[in-house]
Amino acid sequence: MIRSMLFIPGNNPAMLQNADIFGADAVILDLEDAVSPQEKDAARALVKAYLESVSHQAIKVYIRINGLDTEFYERDLHSVVSDQIDGIVLPKARVGDIEKLLTILYKIESETHMKKTMGIIPIVESAKSVLEIEKLAALSRIQGMLLGAEDLSADMEFERTKIGTEIDYPRAKLAFACKAYKIDAIDTPFTDTNDVNGLIADCQKALNLGLNAKAAIHPNQIETIHDVFSPSPKRIEWAQRVLLAAKKANEQGLGVFSLDGKMIDKPIIERATKIIDAAKKYRLLPVDHA
Amino acid sequence: MISGMAGTLESNDTMITVTPAEKMSIEVTSVVDAFYHDQIVKVIYDTLLEQKITNISVTCQDKGALDYTIRARLLTAISRMEEQDD
Amino acid sequence: MLNSLGRVVPDTLRGYTSATAYQSKNRILIPEKAVVTKPLFLDSISAIFDEYHISDGMTLSFHHHLRNGDGVLNAVCQEIKTRGIKHLTIAPSSIFPNNAIIVDLIIAGNITNIRTNYINGPAARPIDDGKLQGLLLMDTHGGRARAIESGDLPIDIAILACPTVDRNGNGSGTEGLSACGTLGYAQSDLRYAKKVILVTDTIVDKVKQIDLDGKYVDAIVQIDSIGDPEGIVSGTTKITKDPVGLKIARDAADFLYQAGVIKPGFSMQTGAGGTSLAVAAAVRKMMITKQIHGSFASGGTNGYYTDLLKEGWVDNLYDVQCFDLEAVRSYRDNSHHIAISASKYGNPYEPNPVVNNLSFVALGATEIDLDFNVNVTTDSLGRLIGGSGGHADTAHGADITIITTTLAKARLPIIKEHVTTITTPGEDVDVLVTERGIAINPRRVDLLEKMKNSNLTIMTISELMAISHQISGIPAAIKEPGKVTGLIVYRDGTILDQLYQRF
Repeated sequence: MIRSMLFIPGNNPAMLQNADIFGADAVILDLEDAVSPQEKDAARALVKAYLESVSHQAIKVYIRINGLDTEFYERDLHSVVSDQIDGIVLPKARVGDIEKLLTILYKIESETHMKKTMGIIPIVESAKSVLEIEKLAALSRIQGMLLGAEDLSADMEFERTKIGTEIDYPRAKLAFACKAYKIDAIDTPFTDTNDVNGLIADCQKALNLGLNAKAAIHPNQIETIHDVFSPSPKRIEWAQRVLLAAKKANEQGLGVFSLDGKMIDKPIIERATKIIDAAKKYRLLPVDHA
Repeated sequence: MISGMAGTLESNDTMITVTPAEKMSIEVTSVVDAFYHDQIVKVIYDTLLEQKITNISVTCQDKGALDYTIRARLLTAISRMEEQDD
Repeated sequence: MLNSLGRVVPDTLRGYTSATAYQSKNRILIPEKAVVTKPLFLDSISAIFDEYHISDGMTLSFHHHLRNGDGVLNAVCQEIKTRGIKHLTIAPSSIFPNNAIIVDLIIAGNITNIRTNYINGPAARPIDDGKLQGLLLMDTHGGRARAIESGDLPIDIAILACPTVDRNGNGSGTEGLSACGTLGYAQSDLRYAKKVILVTDTIVDKVKQIDLDGKYVDAIVQIDSIGDPEGIVSGTTKITKDPVGLKIARDAADFLYQAGVIKPGFSMQTGAGGTSLAVAAAVRKMMITKQIHGSFASGGTNGYYTDLLKEGWVDNLYDVQCFDLEAVRSYRDNSHHIAISASKYGNPYEPNPVVNNLSFVALGATEIDLDFNVNVTTDSLGRLIGGSGGHADTAHGADITIITTTLAKARLPIIKEHVTTITTPGEDVDVLVTERGIAINPRRVDLLEKMKNSNLTIMTISELMAISHQISGIPAAIKEPGKVTGLIVYRDGTILDQLYQRF
């Protein structure tokens, strides 16, 4: 599971060469909205050359290609699909699009003798996509789903607000579908890059609805996103105590036991284990100064 | 006149202009000229050889781009020039 | 002769041995200048030259509190040019881009020696080209105070810009059209120059706050304007917006916290550069979220620091110079915003200089090498772009000295096998924080131990250099330098390194 995906404009060398330093769990090198139509060729060549130059990536790398309704997507795929990336982020995704995309991916993967199989992260950004969320989540190779609230608002003819009530339904639906299929539920980016408190509130809302990650459109957003989507120090401490108590109880042959006056059973121990796993993965366990 | 251009004069980018020529010529000016002039010329030369292109004149105005950026800008400039030629 | 860092230094001078060598030496103090009972009032810069017979071979000193808006050094240079005086030594505490007039005076041989702590802008170019007939001597802020009080830098006439002066010759930095705040760099000149002239554009009956004590002042000159207020409070006083710089600053603050530095009563200083200031901002955020109160912050101050004081996160600000109007106002109105002299700030021979009480200092670098030596004096071509200022002073005094920098600037790696010019010796530099990792000086076994389980990316400085070479490629060697053009003088007066003519 990831917490953050950072968009990096595909035609910006200065951003590209620092794509991996901001601690984002994944980056999306963007060939779509961040690149003007006249520069699509340049961005494609730059991303390709960048990918060829880096020996291995410590983080996950995805490419947002242009939509299947454009003249660009095939050339995008032929340029960037390689063992250097983890998958494709597909804009305006519909169930039919995924099938079409898979056909091309199969072809490239076999022709270029790739070791990897490309993952797919569909962007849900139209009313029809929202209705297809469950079907999309159930398809092969779908590693997560990203909500695109800006384009969705145009389709739905609603105003985007900072409080975000208008996207409660797609957020919740996306969260349920992703949880059901154990894939990443990735929230829409928060567009005001100067409003830290707004970003915190927006992340918190998505977290409460069950999403586990958020896309970022500026590197400065990563720290805040991680603060919200990582287990808090308090939760980690609680989980450590639960696991310690469980170990003791196990040694004493107790099946059920209590901690802080509350009964601890199997689901709670599983929850605590997940928290510690995440804390380990994100290097959040308290530093031992002893 | 037929030519191809790619890149920008932003920091860490490079601007490359190519035109058809009798023989190969490579002209580089860079903010890191004292340290990387020869390296930049080499990247351009190697990329041209790999593409089997010799009848070309390349002008590169560099703002501290890494090798892969220079290579990408060159390839884009060449394909833009070739598109004009068609 | 080679000094202990392996740098060539003149046989006739003492080479640098170690950052603590001063501890076994005694402070040397020349007598303070005679007290003046009644200062003279003059009506022009030209009148100073007549009254004090400024002539060939003299040494004139200045301070740089008016920064890039200073008009006084320029006016004096204009007069030198008009009169055709030769072979002068000038000793301004810093030289800024607006002091371009110096170029002509170097070339014509009016100015043949320069002693300063920082030089940036056009005046540096003829020196790089080998046009200065004598030498450029580069001190630290604390070292300049030592040089003056010990007679190592004898000053014939100190010509000190002062925003407001009163009838008794007392000067104030906070009043008047060109208010610039504290006047810390001028204190040694004031006490030890043979003659002291204050140049002002505002004369009052009595100043409210005395920054320059009138008993040392021989004469006061009133001119129309001593400087351009726009340039006075300019400078790099904005936090960087660059996400890479901000990431480095956050990691630096995290490092300090994990190393146990950010604890109640800690003290801090950061450079005025964008990333250094961002470290201050990141530390401030940490102080607020963790409710940790510090004791003091020092150095050049600006609005970010005065907010720390105002909000009670530190008890005191020790200020040698103000970078913006917020700082000027705070110094004027807040009794916990305390002016200090350059000597009290960083003179190694002061009994307890402020730098020695710093928990940490965060500084920049144009280059750093595998021995942690730092260069902020020249670029990688050896051309002058700055100087120590307080860099070497704070690096020595602070418990932890952190250098924050990107691994490369416009492709060029910042980590070198050997820096082009040594400004601050590596034994005083503890940690390097870059966007791809943090290196701890192997001398700091304590820090290595403390950080061994850290979630920050800690590696050796050689590993960091290898990463930057992998990204950028190895830079080609530069041309061999020409003759010696100057010397880097460590704070104790020993020679750290030489400056050379560049082609």
